[in-house]
Amino acid sequence: MSSEFWIIQTFNGLSYGALLFLLASGLSLIFGVMRVVNLAHGSYFMLGGYVGLSVVWRTGSFAAAVLAGAVAIGLIGIGMERLFLRRLPGQTLGQVLMTIGFALIFQDLALLIWGGDPYSIPVPRFLQGAVKAGALSFPAYRIFITVVAVVVAALLWLALDQTRAGARIRAAVDDGEMAQGVGINVPVLSQAVFALGACLAAAGGVIGGAFLGVYPGADFEVLPYAFVVVIVGGLGSLPGAMVGSLLVGLLDNFGKALFPELSYFTLFAPMALILALRPTGLFGRA
Amino acid sequence: MMRRPGVLVGVAVVVVAAAAVAPWLPSYPLTLLTQAMIVAILAMSLDVLLGFTGLPSLGHAAYFGVAAYAVAILTTERQSGFVVCLIAGVVFAAVAAALFGLIAIRATGTYFLMITLALGMVVWGLAFRWVSLTKGDNGISGVPRPDLGLPWSFWGPLPFFYLSLVCAVVALALLGLIVASPFGMSLKGIRESESRMRILGYNVWLHKYLAFVIAGTFAGFSGVLWAYYNGFVSPVDVQLVTSVEALLMVALGGQGTLLGPAVGAALIVFLKNFVSVYTKRWLLILGAVYIGVILFAPRGLAGAFHRRSS
Repeated sequence: MSSEFWIIQTFNGLSYGALLFLLASGLSLIFGVMRVVNLAHGSYFMLGGYVGLSVVWRTGSFAAAVLAGAVAIGLIGIGMERLFLRRLPGQTLGQVLMTIGFALIFQDLALLIWGGDPYSIPVPRFLQGAVKAGALSFPAYRIFITVVAVVVAALLWLALDQTRAGARIRAAVDDGEMAQGVGINVPVLSQAVFALGACLAAAGGVIGGAFLGVYPGADFEVLPYAFVVVIVGGLGSLPGAMVGSLLVGLLDNFGKALFPELSYFTLFAPMALILALRPTGLFGRA
Repeated sequence: MMRRPGVLVGVAVVVVAAAAVAPWLPSYPLTLLTQAMIVAILAMSLDVLLGFTGLPSLGHAAYFGVAAYAVAILTTERQSGFVVCLIAGVVFAAVAAALFGLIAIRATGTYFLMITLALGMVVWGLAFRWVSLTKGDNGISGVPRPDLGLPWSFWGPLPFFYLSLVCAVVALALLGLIVASPFGMSLKGIRESESRMRILGYNVWLHKYLAFVIAGTFAGFSGVLWAYYNGFVSPVDVQLVTSVEALLMVALGGQGTLLGPAVGAALIVFLKNFVSVYTKRWLLILGAVYIGVILFAPRGLAGAFHRRSS
């Protein structure tokens, strides 16, 4: 195990964690505000990737693909929340079954529209290649993902911590009923948070589609990762989602590199341990 | 409900009728009925947890899968017999539930859901990646039908159907006794009000833990039969969707009724098989069923039935 191995694997883990942050931060906020266990969140990631793929084929523009994916899936998220999930406040089991129903429908629709072949979203020309540092070389695209995640994290933090809307969201996370009582329109807030979460997941799907690929089954493949991030970090906590993403990215990467046969175990077992010690996650509150 | 004589007579009539009709059924419906019996055990075991104790587990397929893998590995690697496999499968499932329960029972509500999901993923991860033991994504094929030393062979669909029917009836009877016992009553009490039961001096943690282990054990029983029935065990058997499907069966049939989830299991088995004969879009239809059940029959078929009769 040379020091290059550790540096490269750490970099890979961090950049994968950055992608996970795009996927999981929205899920965590949705949890926090609405207490909805959304099993269709992985579907947003996959559908975002597919929509992005179609847009890239038509226009050739990566930026347009990210935007179109985010907007289209954001609208789907709004529809799901407004027409269906809103009818099931506090019914955890109902939410689980309903969102898995949507996940199955999305999976089948994606298969119907885009077929069963795996695709990859082409990386824009200026992000191809690698950045060299001495004997090490870092893929430019992974650096790009990391930068995007840092920017999104900073924006989310600014929005949550410094703006009026952010204060309202934090109030709704702490105590939805009380927030409603002091005149905050929690249903509208929930709608916005749900849409934002879906947008972020879909953007992650387009960006991730360029190095993980876009294929049937991606939805249920990324879903457990998003859940682990949220569980480890704590429901509804932005710092929790950040720390959780990096932790999961690193654990997954080193697990796969060092113990290939136990790689999922090395991801989920530490999480079970964290939960045993802190049932609400690292940053969560009961 | 198990105490009402009408229900007992009804169950007996259905079981005797199924046993009497079976020899005249073609093999396809017979295998579907067999599958329904096996999955019904899984759904009933989950009902102990979800319906009677109020704990929605998102990882129930784990115990089903642990037992199924135990049987698959023992039969293909060591040519173990039925009794050894049955005991090993059920014990492994019970041990897994006893270990996972220590972690999961501390949590409540959404957190319980997430922890059980995560623990289920641990098992899925091992099934998927521990290739030297589980053969990974390829799964383990070639699990033979059991040999009980009886004069007939369980390779035929009819004897195996009878075996599954007997097992399902045994599971129903045992679980029915458990939920009707004072212990089962305390579980219902915990479902209704945990704090009140605690104040009354009940050891709530222990009751929930035991319910968790019992549910896992019976899921293992179902998993043993499944491995023999299917002849093939793969990570699909322990994946999240399988756990959620078990939840759907319980919700569809009606939580906390034991028989309802068994009926729900049979309906989902038939639906999956029939729809997939006519269209490739069965996932779409299954998804719509999930949403429809929650929107239109939130208390399941048992709930709809009760509403009509009252």
